[in-house]
Amino acid sequence: MNPVPDIYRILPEVILTLTGVVVMLIDASLPPGVSRRYLGFVAAIGATLAIWASIWQLSLPEGTGFFATVETSNFTVFFHVLICGIVLVALLLSLDSLPSNTHHQGEFYALIVFGAVGMCLLTSAVELLLVFIALEISSISTYVLAGYRKHVGRGPEAALKYFLLGSFATAFFLYGIALIFGATGTTEIYKIAHAAPGAQNQILVIASLALMLVGILFKVSAAPFHIWTPDVYEGAPSPVVALLSTAPKAAAFALLIRVVYEAFPTLRSLWSPLLWAVAVLSMTVGNLAALRQQNVKRMMAYSSIAHAGYLLAAFAGAPEIGIPAAAFYIAAYAAMNVGIFAVITLVSGYDEHLTLIEDYRGLLYRSPFLGSMLIFFLVSLIGIPFTGGFFGKFYSFTAAVSGGAIALAIIGLLNSGLAAAYYLRPALAAAHRPDSDALVQPRSRVGVTALAALAFTAAATLMLGIVPNTVLRAAQSGALTLQAPAPEPATPAGAATATPSEQPAQ
Amino acid sequence: MTSIDQSILTLILLVPLAGAILIALLPDQAKLPNWIALLTALATFGLTLHLPAHFVAGQSGFQFEFTRLWVENPAIHYHVGVDGLSLWLVVLVGLHAPIGVLASWNTIKTRRTIFYSLFLVQQTSMFGVFISLDLLLYYGFWELSLVPMAILIAMYGRKDGPKAALKFFLFTFIPSAPLLVAILWLYVKTHTFNFAELQYQTASGALPAGALFWVSLAFVFAFAVKVPIFPLHGWLADTFNEAPVAMAMVVAGKLGLYSMLRFHAGLFPVQARALAPLLMVLALIGILYGACLALVQRDFFRLLAYGAVSHFSLVILAIYGLTLNGWSGAVFQILNLSIVEAAMFVLLGALESRYGTSQIDSFGGLAAKLPRTATYFVLASLAMIGLPLLSGFIGEFVILSSTFTGVSRSAAIIAAIGVILSAAYMLWLVLRLFYGPVNSISDSKPAHDLSFGELVALTPLVILMVVMGVSPSLWFNTIQAGPHPPGTQAIVKYIRLLESAPPAASTTQEVQR
Repeated sequence: MNPVPDIYRILPEVILTLTGVVVMLIDASLPPGVSRRYLGFVAAIGATLAIWASIWQLSLPEGTGFFATVETSNFTVFFHVLICGIVLVALLLSLDSLPSNTHHQGEFYALIVFGAVGMCLLTSAVELLLVFIALEISSISTYVLAGYRKHVGRGPEAALKYFLLGSFATAFFLYGIALIFGATGTTEIYKIAHAAPGAQNQILVIASLALMLVGILFKVSAAPFHIWTPDVYEGAPSPVVALLSTAPKAAAFALLIRVVYEAFPTLRSLWSPLLWAVAVLSMTVGNLAALRQQNVKRMMAYSSIAHAGYLLAAFAGAPEIGIPAAAFYIAAYAAMNVGIFAVITLVSGYDEHLTLIEDYRGLLYRSPFLGSMLIFFLVSLIGIPFTGGFFGKFYSFTAAVSGGAIALAIIGLLNSGLAAAYYLRPALAAAHRPDSDALVQPRSRVGVTALAALAFTAAATLMLGIVPNTVLRAAQSGALTLQAPAPEPATPAGAATATPSEQPAQ
Repeated sequence: MTSIDQSILTLILLVPLAGAILIALLPDQAKLPNWIALLTALATFGLTLHLPAHFVAGQSGFQFEFTRLWVENPAIHYHVGVDGLSLWLVVLVGLHAPIGVLASWNTIKTRRTIFYSLFLVQQTSMFGVFISLDLLLYYGFWELSLVPMAILIAMYGRKDGPKAALKFFLFTFIPSAPLLVAILWLYVKTHTFNFAELQYQTASGALPAGALFWVSLAFVFAFAVKVPIFPLHGWLADTFNEAPVAMAMVVAGKLGLYSMLRFHAGLFPVQARALAPLLMVLALIGILYGACLALVQRDFFRLLAYGAVSHFSLVILAIYGLTLNGWSGAVFQILNLSIVEAAMFVLLGALESRYGTSQIDSFGGLAAKLPRTATYFVLASLAMIGLPLLSGFIGEFVILSSTFTGVSRSAAIIAAIGVILSAAYMLWLVLRLFYGPVNSISDSKPAHDLSFGELVALTPLVILMVVMGVSPSLWFNTIQAGPHPPGTQAIVKYIRLLESAPPAASTTQEVQR
């Protein structure tokens, strides 16, 4: 059998990188007066090609390339498609919402694409140094994007805060890599799994796991590493937040699975309760804080912390069943959260003069289309059946209950009841009859690209809620490939028996 | 089974949904949404009438069944069917639809596309609740029914819609969290969401009894809030007061009461028996408490709300009396109450929209100016009170007599006091609204009697009240083909039978018959 050329293993990343470079080059060579708006379309085409390339990778035999540093498997393809899809929608949304005379518009699109390179690489890297590089690529792009509106409101503050805290967290992660290299002599994830149980200094191994978890949980924005989230979400432009609240989270979650599940399966007795606690803390802190917010973006920031908690709950309860559940959850969450930020973008505009929940009053009367969309995505976030949010939660908590974590399931579902209270506030405000004199008109025109973004996310949310089979199957096959390379002695007892019985679809 | 019998329930689900989508896509011009909604509602009602026409009365078990795999893993089926319990409830939902449209015809003036789309989605979700035989599918429709209701209350609330909507949503959504955990727990233990299989498994004694008790408690808690039962009734008065008429007449009662019969007493017979005394006491408190509060209300929608608490509590008393006659009476009384309340809401909604107030003391002596309104209102009130030859009498009589002979004499006597109180507050309401001295506030407004649309909506309801009162056996025949309450002796025999039978899934159906 012919070996797969290494370049095929990173084809989506290569396409995205080339797209980014092309966008930058065109941006630099165009005369200053010319609109850069069409560069967004170039970037969107690049993202579409990357999705296509990821799906094409399914035809490759599973395996690693570039000296066992990157992997292609169903797992990586699932996350690649998800991340590139989010990037595509974010690009379409930015195309509509960025004023055509904005400075550095070309850079904006290029940065989004470069960020996507980092996030994609993060999910396929199986060597910790490459993971670190991918983490840096994605982080640095997002730092800049968060501060894109240099002269508006709290943009610079948000970017600086994000940058400082983010660098700090990444440093923790790097330190963790150094320690595990010291303990085992390798940075390859599969080799660590073999070497770590036999390492002489177990304290180093445990410390390394702890440090890496800090870095990852920061990226997932799980409590208690969530402090940056509300400020950054408030300050960054809405299309960027749509990206920021979903894609890096998906990538970081893939990384979390790689690190705790693949590299440290023997330390499960340590990380499992830890993630349990983080899940409960994130859900509760996120939801309680969101209840008190008046600013819609801050509210959604706390809601994203709570969703990080639900995500971890799926994984913490019973990893074997939980991984596909969590992967499905992140897809559903991405669809509805990007959707709601699309609505927020369209309602508040680039300069974001409408930010408070009270400003949404009467939206359903003023703009029935945007109002219905807002309510639809909020209903999905609440987790009402026949939307993606319901099946996300359903699979998450089924995993928790079958893993015996009934307490976690009850806490989680009560939290989702709590969450309904704040998701309903903008929804009911939108449904409230407006005071006739206090009308602030939102933009009446919804551009074609923004319409496409909305349609795409709404269709995805609805599809995940009515016909979830395809995505679920993809998530399950991804989870299976993930478990395959795990070393036999290190696989926790029960994993092998639990998997086939719970996944008859395979 | 012909093919129409298999697909009829699916059609009943899909027609309102298709109508909703059509309305959402078409422009909000003139009365276009109204007409499409009316036609859809009438078509759906026509489809529901197919069910009693082709229902085999003597046959127990589900008819018009249809099953298809929906989600592979975990296996959730699209599984629908009706039996004697749900048959007339489905028809009732079908009947409510055109009446709701007619009642909203002139009162809903803004954003009609949104109103009628959501109204029809609400219809679909209520049909779904009554015909789902897969526990998760049922849960899906149960939850879905909250959304259009909450949005419409917020949009068309009379004074403070969003607040009432939030109260309604949270009151009913939060208890459904334990319900979902309970459903998931059942699934993890039994690997099925199928109602019949679950019924078999819970009765087989294979599941831990202690955990099953908590599971059944989670079920009944969610249902009790939805009915609502004392002391969980906090949302009802605000919702009745704020919701548009078409929504208020379907919000309470039947969904929760049906769920108690089917999914609590039907699924957990032993646990339901254990909880029955508690629920009966709560029901008795509810009967008196609701009636007493109804006596002192100044707002007629609130009066109706507390009256409803009292009436629903009587049905709960019948359900947890766990006698066959009690259950038949309960189902009949659900039908009767839904029809009478629908008529009440149309009439009071008409008064409210004409005079702009729902305060009782703003009215007086309307009978002379609004003779048709007064006549219909008196008829509906008498049906609600339970005058012989009207539908309310049959339901109340069957419930009270079965309680008196089969359950507890003192309970029946207390419940009868509630019935007398209901006569007091209803007749007093009639007196204050339509008779007595002419009130200057209502006199200052132009008087318009019932419009053609309202008459069209009300007349079938009043005819039904009379027909149901005169020949209730038309209904009782099919109702008694429905599920029977679990008796102590029956349960013991049943469990012995199950223990002797091989617990293979394929024999489930036979064992149950």
